[in-house]
Amino acid sequence: MNRETTPTADRGTANTGADHGEVLLRVENLVKYFPVQSGQLIRSKRDFVHAVDDVSLEIRQGQTLGLVGETGCGKSTLARCIARLHDITSGKIIFDGHDISTISARRMRPFRREIQMIFQDPYGSLNPRRRVGSIIGDPFAIHHIASGADRKRRVQHLMELVGLNPEHYNRFPAEFSGGQRQRIGVARALAFTPKLIICDEPVSALDVSIQAQIINLLADLQSELGLTYLFIAHDLSVVRHVSNTVAVMYLGKVTEQSPVEQLWAHPRHPYTDALLSAVPIPDPEFAGRRERIILVGDVPSPINPPSGCRFHPRCPKARQACVEEVPELEPRLGDEPDHRAACLFPVEDGEDISKSRPSIGADKRVIETGLVAGS
Amino acid sequence: MFNIQQQPGQAEAALLETMGAVPAAEGEAAKKIEGRSPWRLAWERLRHDRAAMISLGIIALIVLVAIFAPVVAAITGHGVYQQFRGPQPPLGLSATDQPVGPGSAFLLGTDDQARDILVRIAYGARISLFVGVVATAVTVFGGLVIGLAAGFFGGWVDSVLARFLDWLLAVPFLLFAISLVSVVQIHPIGPLQPGLPVVIIVLGFFGWAAVGRIVRGQVLSIREKEYIEAARALGAGPWRIMFIDILPNLLAQLIVYTTLLIPVTIVGEASLSFLGVGIQPPTADWGEMISSASGIYLYGSWWYLLFPSLALLITTLAFNIFGDGVRDAFDPRGNLFV
Repeated sequence: MNRETTPTADRGTANTGADHGEVLLRVENLVKYFPVQSGQLIRSKRDFVHAVDDVSLEIRQGQTLGLVGETGCGKSTLARCIARLHDITSGKIIFDGHDISTISARRMRPFRREIQMIFQDPYGSLNPRRRVGSIIGDPFAIHHIASGADRKRRVQHLMELVGLNPEHYNRFPAEFSGGQRQRIGVARALAFTPKLIICDEPVSALDVSIQAQIINLLADLQSELGLTYLFIAHDLSVVRHVSNTVAVMYLGKVTEQSPVEQLWAHPRHPYTDALLSAVPIPDPEFAGRRERIILVGDVPSPINPPSGCRFHPRCPKARQACVEEVPELEPRLGDEPDHRAACLFPVEDGEDISKSRPSIGADKRVIETGLVAGS
Repeated sequence: MFNIQQQPGQAEAALLETMGAVPAAEGEAAKKIEGRSPWRLAWERLRHDRAAMISLGIIALIVLVAIFAPVVAAITGHGVYQQFRGPQPPLGLSATDQPVGPGSAFLLGTDDQARDILVRIAYGARISLFVGVVATAVTVFGGLVIGLAAGFFGGWVDSVLARFLDWLLAVPFLLFAISLVSVVQIHPIGPLQPGLPVVIIVLGFFGWAAVGRIVRGQVLSIREKEYIEAARALGAGPWRIMFIDILPNLLAQLIVYTTLLIPVTIVGEASLSFLGVGIQPPTADWGEMISSASGIYLYGSWWYLLFPSLALLITTLAFNIFGDGVRDAFDPRGNLFV
């Protein structure tokens, strides 16, 4: 069980062969708006939360796509759209060659076996009134596969697979710790050995030591069962550890997408750069010398997203063009075709954007100083 | 994990043996420590609640009295409708035609019709408990169905059901009961006749709104839980989610609400009968007895008013204290119910 090699090292080799894996999931121009009612008595105006706005992604078989971004940027909504828990506004979801973007619940059923989710909250995602055996056996019950002793055997096998004691079959979720509960969630997701597992911040609610256990478990299962992950997180070091490719989201849009090491080495979007500079460095000497880019203000309201590049009100490099023009997600500064950034004035290698000042009107920015450079 | 084939050294074998033995022992222990369900935990807590247990004992006693009311009649030798107007003893009326007080012949005295109050209280317990349980069951079931549908499906289903519940709340149920009795007295609608059917329909029907709203609110909050989303992601249909995932989470509240609703219903039945629109004479009923007694107790027959009232008081009190105990057992921190 002890892992001699770190998953990152495994990924390094897998990375070079990335192009050879078949595309398992392709998301094309996915849009999800939620209607919100404003106005009190008379429904005067109908607004929309632009939760996911024109997002395209693809994940190859056996790979992990990391999805990062601040709270409220639409990562979880995107995940739930892919799992068809939300109906999408427009766009396409192509899973394993099938367009599942608008198919009915009945026709979606077979795909439910292939696409599974692991949820963030190990307390909220398990029904407190049901025994663990029955929770993990849910997929079998729902799809009418295996019953009685056969189901019990398969459930206990799953429990063993994720490192739970199969004898605890009859216990209730309340009798397990957070890490064990997350293992229960993983076991439930594994019932049919799905092709794609969407992990919606699976470790965010766990202690750091438990996080490592769950991440290693997921990595072990991936190499053992050939799973494909869409891994959502806001912890960048976790994402770097597990992912082959990373997509950075900001306010419903993908701002940058790249193989993991290239993203870390050459962040092109100022937002990516700012995120990376916020990752804690466990060496105080080095950490002290590093420039942190501190963004000012909060993420603007997704009901009325800013024009042009959505990041411009907070961007240290913002210029007039950023307000007017929506940047395409494409390779910048001669990068490889798989490293794409949606920025008109991308960050060059070695550039320190903490010293940049925006050149757009103050009324377009969050605070006039734009940003402060901190240690 | 362990390389057995290559070098089956003695020490290693011994190690393996102990390793093998340990999980087996653990397994046995784990089997003994069966997962304790929330129900069992609640029962354990309830068992140590003395007031609730005493109340439960009293309730059991009342239930026994109700079941064995004919035995009470047999022991005393007095029928429930039997009038003791003489001439042979025992006499149920005094020389001045007044009820006879408690004594050796009539333990709790007689009523104005010269009938044994003890026997009538025993028979009255049947009505009270029957109505309390059945009308409450109708209330809870109706409220559960409406609340579950409204909360789960939302949208126009919710709007329609919410208006229906508003309408239920707006109907003055006492006036409705009085007019319903007057109507069915002249034109019985199928099995709907004055007496038990009317009482159960009135009490069962008009409680839907309260239960429905509680259930709806609960369903609305449970519906947003991640485990519901997990069930949907697994491909569970709406019925499965409603009955397998949501319903078990409502049961604790429903049980508490039910135990607290039973005494309310019993008092409601007594009130209807007191007003003459409930159980009709000569059927023995506590509310009807209190009603008859209230007209004549000023002439001295205090027992006629006191004993049926005490029976009603003790019954409702026992159910209420027991209901409080059940609530505390399900919710020891006191954050589930207001």
